[in-house]
Amino acid sequence: MENFELLMGGLESALTPMNLLYAAIGVLLGTFVGVLPGIGPAMAIALLLPVTYRLEPTSAFIMFAGLYYGGMYGGSTTSILLNTPGESASVMTALEGNKMARAGRGAQALATAAVGSFIAGTIGTLLVAFFSPALADVAVDLGAPSYFALMVLALVMTTTVLGTSALRGFAALFLGLTIGLVGLDLNTGQPRLTFGVTQLVDRLDIVVVAVGIFALGEALWVAAHLRRRPAHVTPVGRPWMGRDDWGRSWKPWLRGTAFGFPFGALPAGGAELPTFLSYLTERKLSKRGDFGRGAIEGVAGPEAANNASAAGMFVPMLALGLPVTATASVMLSALQGYGITPGPQLMTDHADLVWTLLASLLIGNTLLLVLNLPLAPLWARLLRIPRPQLYAGILFFACLGAYATNLDPFDIALLLAFGLLGLMMRRFGLPVLPLILGVILGPLMESKLREALTISGGDYVVLLSEPLAVVIYVLIALFILGRPFIVRVRARAERSATVEDEKELVD
Amino acid sequence: MLLVTCLIAAASACGVTRGEQSRDLDMWIPNSPGGGYDQTGRAAVGVLDRDNLTGGDIQVTNILGAGGSVAMSRLMSEEGNGNLLMTIGLGVVGSTYSFGVDARPQDATPIAQLIEEQEGVLVPADSPFKTIDDLVKAWSADPDSVVVGGGSSPGGPDHLFPMQLAEAAGIDPKEVKYVSYDGGGPLTSALLGEKIDVGFSGLAEFEGQVEAGELRVLATSGDERAGGVFADAPTLTESDLDLVFLNWRGVLAPPGISEKRRQELIDLLTRMHDSEQWQQALKDNGWTDAFTTGDDFDDLLVEQDQRVSSTLKELDLL
Repeated sequence: MENFELLMGGLESALTPMNLLYAAIGVLLGTFVGVLPGIGPAMAIALLLPVTYRLEPTSAFIMFAGLYYGGMYGGSTTSILLNTPGESASVMTALEGNKMARAGRGAQALATAAVGSFIAGTIGTLLVAFFSPALADVAVDLGAPSYFALMVLALVMTTTVLGTSALRGFAALFLGLTIGLVGLDLNTGQPRLTFGVTQLVDRLDIVVVAVGIFALGEALWVAAHLRRRPAHVTPVGRPWMGRDDWGRSWKPWLRGTAFGFPFGALPAGGAELPTFLSYLTERKLSKRGDFGRGAIEGVAGPEAANNASAAGMFVPMLALGLPVTATASVMLSALQGYGITPGPQLMTDHADLVWTLLASLLIGNTLLLVLNLPLAPLWARLLRIPRPQLYAGILFFACLGAYATNLDPFDIALLLAFGLLGLMMRRFGLPVLPLILGVILGPLMESKLREALTISGGDYVVLLSEPLAVVIYVLIALFILGRPFIVRVRARAERSATVEDEKELVD
Repeated sequence: MLLVTCLIAAASACGVTRGEQSRDLDMWIPNSPGGGYDQTGRAAVGVLDRDNLTGGDIQVTNILGAGGSVAMSRLMSEEGNGNLLMTIGLGVVGSTYSFGVDARPQDATPIAQLIEEQEGVLVPADSPFKTIDDLVKAWSADPDSVVVGGGSSPGGPDHLFPMQLAEAAGIDPKEVKYVSYDGGGPLTSALLGEKIDVGFSGLAEFEGQVEAGELRVLATSGDERAGGVFADAPTLTESDLDLVFLNWRGVLAPPGISEKRRQELIDLLTRMHDSEQWQQALKDNGWTDAFTTGDDFDDLLVEQDQRVSSTLKELDLL
């Protein structure tokens, strides 16, 4: 185990009291900046990077790792408490997390997110340390056809969360796919559905859509009913995770890690798809039927997937020197500041620095848990603010976030438009989940399909040209053909049990 | 919670409008953190800041959207604001066309060009194309048989370069099969996985891959050979292709600022350029020094603008 010794060496040089202090500062700064609306991890690191310039490399890396994981975690805090995801990777967390928070289980949601992030981050970092080069070679062999197949799989899985009315579910899904069409056509450069507005030529920011529909739509809906419903007080829950919460969380943590890490390691993987697949899987596997009302599995899985994919990102970065996310490019440019050329030689030429970085990631991740777990009950108390003030705060926060990204008032208008859409969807009983999934999946699917077809010159056979793609299509076929059978078996088994799984989707 | 509120207050306080006499500066980056514009802009600000050349604070803001044309049109509406700078480059010029924004960079106040970057023609290590001639031969014989890719969307440098190269080689640019990737990282992995035949992109990002022998450079786009690991690759002109293609980045100020203020900003950047730190930054990032100010930069912008628009017209993208 040569790698193990190297990692221990890295830990040894990283673990000094001074460095731990830098790590703690990094984690705290990262968390606070991550909590601020409109600032994703990439921006947070770009903002805070100058702080590390005057430190020696080891200390800088440690602070860096703290900033990174802190920033990732900070984003999920607002998702859970305020229903305002700070980045696309924590959109899924908001779904169940916010329901939990409003049922008085905010502390548990934050805790399962923190522990899940820690476990996923640790497993992910260890996998990076031991298998990076091998994984990277496999990852570059996957091309557009495989990605496309994965997305078809995700799309098929969305049909399981359409809700009680298939018609309404599909209406929402297609609405989402249409929203995903807005922007410049990638191949021809022609604007689509932009109505001559410059700000619309880019694809719509998934965060603006999600915050508009989740947070604003919700706030408007509550405001519209404020006088007609009795005041709802968020119950005061227990501050810690109970035995039951641990029991329900550990499997989703591991499954989420299994989804997240490979996607993170893929050059075009990202964190959206794995968080999304993790959510759908947990939902499908859940036997309690409390999805839609705050199921802890729905927080544990996506959060683990999110962090595992954040760790997976280091595979192409360290093994090939490829920045595949904005965060990775910011980090690589920081490495260049130490006179290091990113490339495949990184792990051999600068082994000491790379192992220090990996060790730092482990330390940063541990400190994140140590610092944030005790804070979870404190954060959760935020929700005891009376409802009008709380929602006013959420509205303010959401608008600030939309504005802060680009300092453009247009984004606030866009946010309000999606808020109104969210209100209307609630009014007419359209489920919001398929819409969000459509917005995320549509553009991804389109770009991969068109990439594959450009390369093949329009020949659709190319979609079956990679083994992984074929395997996935077989799985999809089995899933679709096998479903009537599974449904029958399950119906027999659960005839007496009440299933109200889908009912709360609209909420 | 208190701390968060303080942070927000501090963050929003930065947006307050400043008086004419202020020494503070804003630097807008028309693209995302980590990208080329960001690196250039932040490197420049880093030097200005370290030596405190402005005597005030400099705030860097990334203004995303439409490949830089959102930032460009907002710069045009900041008429007379003498405390604002924005990084600009070939990609932003291209994007104003592809996104239909009617803001020409030469109508703002050109301050200085900072750097140039050569582009490279890259192939995977075991590609059948050994020289640029091999590529051009196969490409002209059957444009359909060669799939090319680049790290920018239509109108960006990595898209304009293969199109202009095709034209120089007598191939109809409309027949070029171009796949656009989201930056240098995804492009490299497509090349390593041999999903595409040829990649076109800024050289600096590929230093590591080329050094390791995973990618080969068939040709570089400058008028002289590039240095370092790229020294073996011929230029296009050496290979009898009449094309020099340079990506560049510089700094603009809003339109309508006084001649005096313009000169002050030019002087400021000249002092930045002459510093040791800037020379080091150029070296670290593999940028070619191409410092041009005033009317020369004006002329360059006009020339580049025309070249972009004629290429895009050729492709029916305008």
